[in-house]
Amino acid sequence: MIRAKKIYKSFGDLKILDGIDFTFEKRKTNLIIGQSGAGKTVLLKILVGLLEPSSGEVWYDQINCMGLNKKERRQLSMSVGMLFQGSALFDSMSVEENIRFPLDMFTNFTDGEKRLRIDYCLNRVELKGVNKKYPSELSGGMQKRVGIARAIVLKPKYLFCDEPNSGLDPKTAIVIDDLIKDITIEEDMTTVINTHDMNSVMEIGDNILLLNKGKMEWTGHKDEILASQNQYLSDFIFASPFLKQLKERAFQGI
Amino acid sequence: MIRKMIFHFGRYMIWLRSILSKPEKFFMYYKETMRQMDDIGIGSLKIVLIISIFIGAVVAVQLSYQLGETLVPKWYVGYILRDMVIIDMAPTITCLVLAGKVGSNIAAEIGGMRQKEHIDAMEVMGVNTTSYLVLPKIIAGLFTTPLLVILAAGLGIGSGYLIAIIGGYFTAAEFLQGLTTYYDAYNVFIMIIKSLVYGYIFTSVSAYHGYFVKPGSIALGRAGTDAVVYSNILILVSDYIIATVMTG
Ligand SMILES: Nc1ncnc2c1ncn2[C@@H]1O[C@H](COP(=O)(O)OP(=O)(O)OP(=O)(O)O)[C@@H](O)[C@H]1O
Ligand SMILES: [Mg+2]
Repeated sequence: MIRAKKIYKSFGDLKILDGIDFTFEKRKTNLIIGQSGAGKTVLLKILVGLLEPSSGEVWYDQINCMGLNKKERRQLSMSVGMLFQGSALFDSMSVEENIRFPLDMFTNFTDGEKRLRIDYCLNRVELKGVNKKYPSELSGGMQKRVGIARAIVLKPKYLFCDEPNSGLDPKTAIVIDDLIKDITIEEDMTTVINTHDMNSVMEIGDNILLLNKGKMEWTGHKDEILASQNQYLSDFIFASPFLKQLKERAFQGI
Repeated sequence: MIRKMIFHFGRYMIWLRSILSKPEKFFMYYKETMRQMDDIGIGSLKIVLIISIFIGAVVAVQLSYQLGETLVPKWYVGYILRDMVIIDMAPTITCLVLAGKVGSNIAAEIGGMRQKEHIDAMEVMGVNTTSYLVLPKIIAGLFTTPLLVILAAGLGIGSGYLIAIIGGYFTAAEFLQGLTTYYDAYNVFIMIIKSLVYGYIFTSVSAYHGYFVKPGSIALGRAGTDAVVYSNILILVSDYIIATVMTG
């Protein structure tokens, strides 16, 4: 469980986050959704500790992250996995070396054990035979998947994904969504996902936080979306005329 | 300008403290240090070779010209050349050039990692990035710079010798007499101290400028320039300080 308590964030005079108070639950795929520029990435970076909030607290289960010194913070970080919006793969290392890096840094696995774990992770993101390739030789979607493999290689307790399936085709996107959902339950993780992919929202939205210009606009479960009276939410979800039509038909029972 | 320098100095000092910490995995640091030694040491052999040959040659020609028509005995050229190269030319000029070559490289490498969020990615994993990215470079700099400088001094003196003889400024015997007179091992000690200090300066200062790079490719270019400029200024300032303290 991760708890954001009254988080405010400004860059200079620019208010980005305005009183975020939300609990991201364990064994659930928690989604942060919102328009481009709403503050999703900033909120995620505050949750993982890459940015300091202007005020407010972040709690990981019983631990208050604001009270940690750097060393304790790093200790906690070892149980955190993160996929960056731009993947952030180490571009002078091959795919395999990228995924191996956290293993080399933090485990005492033998070479064989590392190899097994790397293959397992690459398999899970449905990437095979790219071990020796370099990130620049992969497509954007493949890079995303390598990023996910690297994020889960140490079996984190907390997983953060910034737009895991932007740049993926709908089919692969669903595979990735399901993968994240599955490992969240298998490994007992708390998972936080930034997305503006409506398929994901409807597919895996266990616990959704909708941001509107840095404010909490709506929270709830995916099944509550259709019935919600929130105009901003329904405008956001059913932004495309096609979906709007589908929704109206659904209400009319056609 | 002054305010900027004070700002950099303060931030640099705070940043330095976080470099010294227990490595997460010793082997990873060792591997990275070896890579850096290869980069800085072997990678700089060629340029050190070229500049040291010219340092020796220029000093020999210059001294012969200045002392040639005077009452100063000819063998003095060998003596002055040796000490000039050892005490100042070899360490200072070599390191000014290394600051340009290695320093801009370090700043660009670390700055690129910062801009592409590689450093953030490592931090999220729990890696102490100041330590992992910077310490191996400083250690490699401390090891390889003195070796490069010793090489430069040897080559510089050797090339001065050759040039002097080929140019017919004096005989080999005169030059050798100069080289072997008034020899003081303390001067070599000064050379080693200088190269250690300079090696530390251009690795750490360059890493600092890369680590705190602002977003954008212009800022990345600027970090490279700042790395070289600040390293060079600090090398010359410490050259003056060391000279005053150790020969005063
Ligand atoms: N380092 C920064 N300095 C100043 N402003 C920033 C910084 N980072 C983000 N912002 C601003 O914060 C706002 C939110 O940015 P953020 O990256 O969180 O958006 P987002 O919701 O992730 O959008 P997207 O879906 O496009 O990724 C934007 O208006 C952006 O301009
Ligand atoms: Mg974003």
